[in-house]
Amino acid sequence: MNPTLLAQAALNGLLFGGIYSLMAVGLSLIFGVMRVINIAHGDMMVWGSYLAFLLAARFGLDPFVSFVLCAGALFALGVLVQRGLVGRVLDAPHEMQILLMLGVALVLENLALVVFGPETRRTETAYGLATVWLGPVFVDLPRLVTFVLALGLALALYLFLFRSELGMLMRAAADNAYGALVVGADVGRVYAVAFGTGAACVGAAGALLSALLPFSPASGFPQTVTSFNIVIIGGMGSLLGAFLGGILVAVAENLGAVLIAPSLKELVSFVLLVLILLFRPQGLFGGRAG
Amino acid sequence: MKWAVALAVVVLLVLPQLVGSYLLTVFIFIFFYAYLGQAWNLLGGYGGQISLGHAAFVGIGAYTSTYLAMTYQLSPWIGMFVGGVAAALLGAVVGYLGFRFGLRGFYFILLTVAVAEICRLLVAHTEALGGALGIFITFTGDPWQFQFSDNRAYYYVALGLMLGATGLVAAIETSRLGAYLAAIREDEDAAEALGVNAFRTKLAAIVLSAFLTGLGGTFYANYLFSLQPNTAFGIPLSVEIILRPIVGGGGTLLGPVLGSFILSPLAELSRIYLARGGWSGTHLVAYGLLLIAVVLFLPRGAYPHLAAALARRRRRTS
Repeated sequence: MNPTLLAQAALNGLLFGGIYSLMAVGLSLIFGVMRVINIAHGDMMVWGSYLAFLLAARFGLDPFVSFVLCAGALFALGVLVQRGLVGRVLDAPHEMQILLMLGVALVLENLALVVFGPETRRTETAYGLATVWLGPVFVDLPRLVTFVLALGLALALYLFLFRSELGMLMRAAADNAYGALVVGADVGRVYAVAFGTGAACVGAAGALLSALLPFSPASGFPQTVTSFNIVIIGGMGSLLGAFLGGILVAVAENLGAVLIAPSLKELVSFVLLVLILLFRPQGLFGGRAG
Repeated sequence: MKWAVALAVVVLLVLPQLVGSYLLTVFIFIFFYAYLGQAWNLLGGYGGQISLGHAAFVGIGAYTSTYLAMTYQLSPWIGMFVGGVAAALLGAVVGYLGFRFGLRGFYFILLTVAVAEICRLLVAHTEALGGALGIFITFTGDPWQFQFSDNRAYYYVALGLMLGATGLVAAIETSRLGAYLAAIREDEDAAEALGVNAFRTKLAAIVLSAFLTGLGGTFYANYLFSLQPNTAFGIPLSVEIILRPIVGGGGTLLGPVLGSFILSPLAELSRIYLARGGWSGTHLVAYGLLLIAVVLFLPRGAYPHLAAALARRRRRTS
């Protein structure tokens, strides 16, 4: 096996990992605060991608700018889903919440299919194929930019959660919803913001992804599954675990594509998942098992 | 209620003599999805262990019997049971992994999704099984090859599958296994405290459920005449399987049947009128909305409400 090829794959994976991290952090945030499994996560991501695609096609907006708008739109969608649907079943059995989110996922995916058609799309950018050589390996410029932006967004989220009052209330509600209520938090509002923020993360990830890889309505569910794999591998409820897990899985997938077969790269993350479920169900960075 | 069910069975038995071949197709789908839903119901409805990867068992069953028929000329009537056993083995593996390590709720769902996806990817990369393009079965019309030129034969096979599975689940419902499963669904820790071996009970449920689903795979293959990894192992089929028991009423004997009588004709109608008009995907939007509505307004499914309404009427008339 050619070491340059492996180094190239690892680098590509690392740079792509920012997107995986961002979507996993969004999922982990929603789960951590409300204990709700967002099965529509990947479909929300696809909507982020389509928004970026439309903004680029209609207004010539670069996805590396428009991801802010996409995040905003998805934030609104997240708040809507939380207020209108999830908020009503927070006390229902777990499987009911999962079925509800499965319904939301079906609606989002197939609405995209009806509106945009089944063709795969990709947001075109002027520098789409720009690369920089770094010794024997090259750096794909769009990947580098998404990586830096994803890192920045994760940092902003960290500051929001640990420095702002609303962020701290969110963590308080995640820890003990009743306790947060007792000290005067508007838990309903905190939940809405938490769901919105999680959706905004994945919306931004979708917008950034649209410049790197082709997407279609059908790519939503696989992204949901990948997000879950990452969150479980990293540790359910741990934001740092989700972030590092995203990079880990992206690198592993890219190496797997080179070492086994390109079309089998998803298999790598599933095998990682099964191993984690067997030997360390609390995840690599998680404190306790779900 | 008993009389109503008996009457319904008699009507279904004579129906093929009265209606055309196309309508029979609709009924075949109703019976077949009711059958798969009933198999799922055993684990998901009675046991409360939601599997979102049941398509894997359909796929294993379908590919096993088809491969045996193509390579060794083994009749699918026998291959069906080999496929069922293969699916049961896979079910045992999933159950062992999931239940041994106490994966509950969401973790178990994800494990079932992951296993189904692994199967899909592996089959898509196996040339002997047709790879990503899948297998096309040539039609011979030979009943020994599980192929019939008369739609009515498929009708009776599908009806038999549905009635058989419902009869089996009826027997399990009142058995020790059924009681244990319900206890685990309601409160696993309390059930264990009372001496129920939750691991063994859930394992039995998933093995039986996978076996039944695997049997159905042979019907799936020989009714559609084609097998593709993306459809036979895919999430959409898994979603189809779980929707009917949930809409009809999970953990009730007639829930999957009722759910299939509600949903399968709807799916067929929307396939005809919406998909043909370039509106593919619309019926899945409707499924999604229906699922949301059921969770919000009918969390126990349609059957308990129907039963209550029937009971009220009976009280009024007597």
